[in-house]
Amino acid sequence: MTITPWQLLTSEIMRYPLIIAVLIGLTAPIVGTYLVQKRLSLLGDGLGHVALTGVAVGWLVGAWISASPQDLLAIPGALVASVVGAVVIEIVREVGHTSRDVALAILFYGGIAGGVVIIQLAGGGSQSLMGYLFGSLATVTSTDLVIAVVLAVIVMVVGIGLSRVLYTVTGDEEFARASGLPVRAMNILIAVIAALTVTLAMRIVGALMVSALMIVPVAAAQSVVVGFTRTMRTAMAIAVVCSLGGLVLTAYVDLPPGGVIVLLTIAFYVLGLVIRPVVQRLRGRGAAGTGGGAQEPDRHLSTHHRHL
Amino acid sequence: MSEDETPAVRIRDLGVDLGGAPVLHGVSLDVAPGELVGLLGANGSGKSTLLRAMVGVQSISAGSVHLFGRPVRERRIRARIGYVPQFSAESGSIPATARETVATGLLGPGRWFSRLRDPRVNSLLADVGLRDQAERPVTQMSGGQRQRVMIARALVRSPQLLVLDEPFSGVDVSTQESIAAIFRRLAQRGTTVVVVLHELGPLSEGIRRAVVLDRGRVVHDGPPEQRPLFDPGHDHSALPEDCLGQEIHP
Repeated sequence: MTITPWQLLTSEIMRYPLIIAVLIGLTAPIVGTYLVQKRLSLLGDGLGHVALTGVAVGWLVGAWISASPQDLLAIPGALVASVVGAVVIEIVREVGHTSRDVALAILFYGGIAGGVVIIQLAGGGSQSLMGYLFGSLATVTSTDLVIAVVLAVIVMVVGIGLSRVLYTVTGDEEFARASGLPVRAMNILIAVIAALTVTLAMRIVGALMVSALMIVPVAAAQSVVVGFTRTMRTAMAIAVVCSLGGLVLTAYVDLPPGGVIVLLTIAFYVLGLVIRPVVQRLRGRGAAGTGGGAQEPDRHLSTHHRHL
Repeated sequence: MSEDETPAVRIRDLGVDLGGAPVLHGVSLDVAPGELVGLLGANGSGKSTLLRAMVGVQSISAGSVHLFGRPVRERRIRARIGYVPQFSAESGSIPATARETVATGLLGPGRWFSRLRDPRVNSLLADVGLRDQAERPVTQMSGGQRQRVMIARALVRSPQLLVLDEPFSGVDVSTQESIAAIFRRLAQRGTTVVVVLHELGPLSEGIRRAVVLDRGRVVHDGPPEQRPLFDPGHDHSALPEDCLGQEIHP
């Protein structure tokens, strides 16, 4: 018997993954918008790799204390490792002794190497990391759901609540400093919410692909809308559709959800590129209709306003 | 400026090193409230570095910078600054609209929220002639329009000190005149304006004080017509490092 989409959405086994998928869709592009703005699109990838070391350390500690199941501390370990990694990379970036790409590369290699070595020490094998590398619906627990909800709320409160300040800091750091904004603290905050998002998403999408869900929807949104706020909102809509769509699709076809979700975001990106000329033509027509074309500037410069 | 009047800007024995090389040496400068001052000098003379130290974004190796009697390192004092950096295009890769960009000017110490539809944003956009361009990405604007967005961003918080680094660069001549008129009016109304320029250009009328830098030192501070001549296109940063410390006699 074929199950209907509604039966799927309300089924016991899919309920937790679907809720987490929506949360990932909402949060990943918020963080991704700031990372794209800062030209740090690969930070999420680096943090995903570091999170693997955290997963392995969680296993190791779990083995020491005979935790059951053995990976009980894997997600908390990933959370701690990725937050520490995020703060370290931000400090390295600011101090400037190492270039950004070298610092990210060290994070990549150190994270994956630490993961495979420590998981071996914990009595597992590389196979134990597969669910975290590529995502796995079968392993989602109620604890994962609670952690995901808490992390998502933090990311959304910070990422949307402080959006003006974070946008200013990521868009024009010098102006932000001259304005008296706490630039260093905000940069660290962005890195930390990126780490939280990586931890939130690695159960479903996998550490290797989480960065794609942060960045690709933003790139797709940029093709069809202008402005920072609109880009963020559109990217969130795209990512929610892709996360949900990917999960539903993999319920009918035996495919890995993380890969399908990422491929869907890429399909949106390609679609955005295709319709971009049409959107631009329509936007140009609209601007012309409202007198929004290029103006002769000087006759408009006010001579009477209170500011000037 | 009277003895007891607190200067808008007070710089004492300022030294700045960049990459181990001295860029500014012993620079001292007072700017009175409401004064319109031009900072002039050839490329590499240190004028932009001086300006950046003035607004607290450049770390200094010696001396002190005070704004309105408070050290510039205190973030709170920066709420009174309007700053237009050099090459004032935002560096982020997501093109923001003119409205979004101007709205960021309302942020400051303890002010982490601003509304895109704030009436001050609309007013400033209208003042600089960009009301109809509010939803247009800044990156798609001409150099002159972009510069006006950045000036609106600096002015939207009604600063007491306006600091601009080459605001006429990439701007057509007629817009330069209009922007210069804005600076003159602001100074007349009591706003202190410090502006880095290659040449006085459209500000020839209005600036009564020119501070000229050469290789990191102040070589003239007084009426612009008495300033030493220099080649504005000359690049002192290209000189051998051992030349940087030499005394300049105008």
